[in-house]
Amino acid sequence: MQKIITIIRKEWAEVFKNRMVLFTIAFMPLLLTAIPLIILFTMRGEMQIASAGAADIPAQFKAFCPAELSGNECFQVFMVSQFVFMFMIIPLSIPAAIAAYSVVGEKTTRSLEPLLATPITTIELLLGKSLAAVIPAVFATFLAFTIFACGVWLIVPNRIMLLAILNARWLLAVLIVGPLLAWLSVTFSVMVSSRVNDPRVAEQLSVVIIVPLLGLFFGQMAGLLIIDRQLVLVIALILVLVDALMTYFSVQLFQRETILTRWK
Amino acid sequence: MIVIENLTKQFGQNLAVEGLNLEVQEGEVFGFLGPNGAGKTTTVRMLTSLIQPTSGKAVVNGFTVGRQDTQIRRTVGLLTETPGLYDNLSAEYNLRIYANLYEVKDVAGQVEKYLRLLGLWERRFEPAATLSKGMKQKLAIARAMLHEPRILFLDEPTSALDPESARLVRDFIAELRKEGRTIFLCTHNLDEADRACDRIAVFKTRLVVVDTPANLRRQLFGRKVVFHLVNLDETLAAKVRALPFIQETRILDNRLVVTLDNPEARNPQIIRTLVEAGAELQFVGELRHSLEEVYLQLVKNV
Repeated sequence: MQKIITIIRKEWAEVFKNRMVLFTIAFMPLLLTAIPLIILFTMRGEMQIASAGAADIPAQFKAFCPAELSGNECFQVFMVSQFVFMFMIIPLSIPAAIAAYSVVGEKTTRSLEPLLATPITTIELLLGKSLAAVIPAVFATFLAFTIFACGVWLIVPNRIMLLAILNARWLLAVLIVGPLLAWLSVTFSVMVSSRVNDPRVAEQLSVVIIVPLLGLFFGQMAGLLIIDRQLVLVIALILVLVDALMTYFSVQLFQRETILTRWK
Repeated sequence: MIVIENLTKQFGQNLAVEGLNLEVQEGEVFGFLGPNGAGKTTTVRMLTSLIQPTSGKAVVNGFTVGRQDTQIRRTVGLLTETPGLYDNLSAEYNLRIYANLYEVKDVAGQVEKYLRLLGLWERRFEPAATLSKGMKQKLAIARAMLHEPRILFLDEPTSALDPESARLVRDFIAELRKEGRTIFLCTHNLDEADRACDRIAVFKTRLVVVDTPANLRRQLFGRKVVFHLVNLDETLAAKVRALPFIQETRILDNRLVVTLDNPEARNPQIIRTLVEAGAELQFVGELRHSLEEVYLQLVKNV
């Protein structure tokens, strides 16, 4: 356990001195928190479809809309709800940025060989590096969501709308799917870093993990699917399985010899 | 301390190390010499359990490579070819990390000991990136020593160092030798190997030769004594050549170069012969071939 803690502290000491990584960690959550709040604030009272009832709105809006809300309110809830996905980008991108720096960075600075020459096991090393990437991501996601929830509470005019926005789907997504995505992201980054020859390729490939999430985002925007509580739970279950598999493969693929001899 | 039997490493079609057999004794400073790409670093990586041999066996400090890798890593120290420090972190923090990873009991004490020993104490809070090349190398050596390993693998410890820093590193190696530690030294610096090593191995994918530097000189070039004479001529040279134990004589300007065994016993007789023949002798000394000449001669034939 001491070695894992040592690796985590070392990673944080190193990574947080990198301005680019700091920018990713701080800026993205702030941006993704501010956008839905700004949309919510600007839409408040300005939409002229208030006369429409919930029954008149498009089908994909209805999933987000309690019967008591007006069409305008339903639309606002729908729009803001799209940003559930944006909040999922936080736990995906932050670990990718940190892991790409920490795993690939070890190689580029040639510090990996002396590190691997210590009695640390592969599992301890990967666990330390993974947790160092996942913990800030989950913390940033939770913090961003807390700020968002406070903002929504201040902006929306009534309790029904507040609960329509901050519903169980949001909480499940942020509290369960978020950490699972963060773990997926970091294991994927480790796998990529272990197999490619060029550190720059590793950094670029690590970002690919965001693509399926964007697919879900645009699918819902286009009305092709509705992300409700059940779907979030299904996604969480799938992620548990995928994470377990990815963890297994990332340990298997982290071949000390391959990494030391193939990377130039 | 280190026993290597038929150790082989192949990367795809490329044979990096072939059938290496070697024994390094406890407390020995062992030089491992070879040209670039000879497989020196690959051998060190196998012996420090960083990579696995394709075939053969290596036992380091009583532990077998491939089966007891963690124990090997726990008991050996490795100075890699490049320092590989965490540049953004302070010198002290770099060492603290490794002291923890090596499970050192008195982390603060050991870190202070080696920072002071290698003259880095005053700069301990500075980021590694701001240190000079020599200081970085010293910090990397300190890192390899924190857990007090009995065997130390040093891969090019003085490469790219200025003479003063190189001297400090060499003195440090000498200190480690006095403490009875076993040192496996990979180097291109043949003068350094000559001065520091008890034995050297010349290696180029396979072992070319292993012996003491003195024995290698003797085997390749014999022992030569140079007599500086004011009045050297062929008559004097013939007098010396006539002695029964002389293997070869050569005249170079006013120097008579004589090849023979056991010059300590034979030199007085040669001097006597020369003086009796009217030679005016200025100096007598042993012609010592450099290790570089020995090395180049050995590698040329591989």
